[in-house]
Amino acid sequence: MELYMSLAIGVIFTVGVYLILSKSLLRIILGTSLLTHGVHLLLLTMSRLKTGAAPLLGQKADAYVDPLPQALILTSIVISFGVTSFFFVLAYKAYQRLGTDDMERLRGKDDE
Amino acid sequence: MNNLLVFPLLIPLCTAAVLIFLKNNVAAQRWISALSMLATASASAALLMKVKAEGIQTLHMSGWLPPYGIVFTADMLAALLVLAATAVSAFCLIYSFGTVGADRERHYYYPFMQFLMVGVNGSFLTGDLFNLFVCFEVMLISSYALIVLGGTKKQLRETLKYMLINILSSTLFVAAVAYLYGAVGTLNMADLSVRVAEAGQGGVLNAIAVLFLIVFSLKAGLFLFFWLPGSYGVPPAAVAALFGGLLTKVGLYALIRTFTLIFYHEPQATHGWIGWMAGATMVLGALGAIAYADVQRILNYNVVISVGFLAFGLAAGSKDSLDGAVFYLLHDMLAKALLFLLGGMIVHLAGTNKLKEMGGLIKRYPAVGWMFFAAALAVAGIPPLSGFAGKLLLIRGGLQEREYELAAISLASSLIVLYSLIRLFMHAFWGDEKARPGREPVPALSIGMLASTACLTVLVIAVGLGSEWVYRFVAEAGDTLMNPAAYIDAVLKE
Repeated sequence: MELYMSLAIGVIFTVGVYLILSKSLLRIILGTSLLTHGVHLLLLTMSRLKTGAAPLLGQKADAYVDPLPQALILTSIVISFGVTSFFFVLAYKAYQRLGTDDMERLRGKDDE
Repeated sequence: MNNLLVFPLLIPLCTAAVLIFLKNNVAAQRWISALSMLATASASAALLMKVKAEGIQTLHMSGWLPPYGIVFTADMLAALLVLAATAVSAFCLIYSFGTVGADRERHYYYPFMQFLMVGVNGSFLTGDLFNLFVCFEVMLISSYALIVLGGTKKQLRETLKYMLINILSSTLFVAAVAYLYGAVGTLNMADLSVRVAEAGQGGVLNAIAVLFLIVFSLKAGLFLFFWLPGSYGVPPAAVAALFGGLLTKVGLYALIRTFTLIFYHEPQATHGWIGWMAGATMVLGALGAIAYADVQRILNYNVVISVGFLAFGLAAGSKDSLDGAVFYLLHDMLAKALLFLLGGMIVHLAGTNKLKEMGGLIKRYPAVGWMFFAAALAVAGIPPLSGFAGKLLLIRGGLQEREYELAAISLASSLIVLYSLIRLFMHAFWGDEKARPGREPVPALSIGMLASTACLTVLVIAVGLGSEWVYRFVAEAGDTLMNPAAYIDAVLKE
């Protein structure tokens, strides 16, 4: 199972990197969100995908899955959510003020 | 167990929360944030004295023993850096009174500054790798807001790039944490160090170490600094000084901590890379510092050079060079903040950031001129000032470890630093006064600007003259870095 997950994460990373290297700002933001998806799945996978009950003591199971990575992922999700929303608003504002979403044209001039 | 440890985080955090409610009352915001800086500084000083008297201090959050809970640890290095960071932010705060503009002040400038301090102090004090990630994010998100606050075209454009780079490096940080957790199954730094030593560094752990090197190099501007010169040039001087003084240094601290505490077993695999990156950073930074003729670019490339210089100390890895790196880190936080603040004053007074269009400031503003001169000599490492002792120790350590090329590069880079800053000084202060069409003939300096830069100058000179006294603290920090067992014992055995 870990093998398939790793392959899937690899594909997500590839697509994310490809999108980040493109010209359009929106595609870049999509690329960063794909990368964060990939990295969250990576956190889950790296804790070994053993079968076990959900980490709730009420389940009274013999084996539980590792609860730590789930907490880490939850933390990382809200952080990346906050950052992504800020990034979207920034991109919107930049589009309004600068009138372009082409990264090639955002190099900057000295006469501003 | 010592609750004093959380005060450098707790005070700015509570202040920021209070300041949010005082949006329109700028006077109250200024007073409260200044008082909270004073309180944070006293707490950090008390913490430093405590560490000096009783050794490494730890605090287990909610009483959960490590490695299960989050632990905060203050060794000498962390305590020194927290104090220096608080001092730098306090002076940047005073400088920003009356310089950042009422518009920014009403739009949560002071709360963001306090949140930045929470992130910086938290990163220095934490003893847990994932908590370090969270503190980094607290720091970075406040820095995104501070860099874009004001919303000019230039700021929007550069913030896009700055954010993209940092999102990418944070993603890599999480990936590195995931791999490390997969490999050794813990996140507490002291416990990590034990487990890595047990498992034997090599193979997978070396790859993870290099991934951490890439992550922290992106944050610190070590070799991967391509984002730095553009983005540090756009915010107002007080914010740029805060960034130049603190943000890259947090990345460097993370590098030093990781590679002296966790991944120190195979220096040939990791420290060789750090050495190469340090040399390349110094060379490229020096090229940038000579090539440009505007104030911000010159200062930004000077930040890059000093990052390379510090990484050289880490790469050499002897007692002397680590002492030197700690000493230089402390000096560099103060001196770089001072340089950026004075650079902001020069741009304010000359009405331009181009060297060619300014001149003759020394006639009207001799104090600014001589402060800049002192700061330039301090950064270059001229003996009575603060940069000298650190550079001396670093280069001596490098020579002992037979890093002759790197030592030569770092000496040459000091020369370039001196040249670039003196060139700035000569263009701005000497020569004839240039007419400035459409500007008031004599721009005024606020008391806040003069007071903060004067205090920092005095501090830079005092650190230089009192090197012997400072060295007692620095040597203890170097001892802990050379001997990770002391750190591990303090955290795990209590």
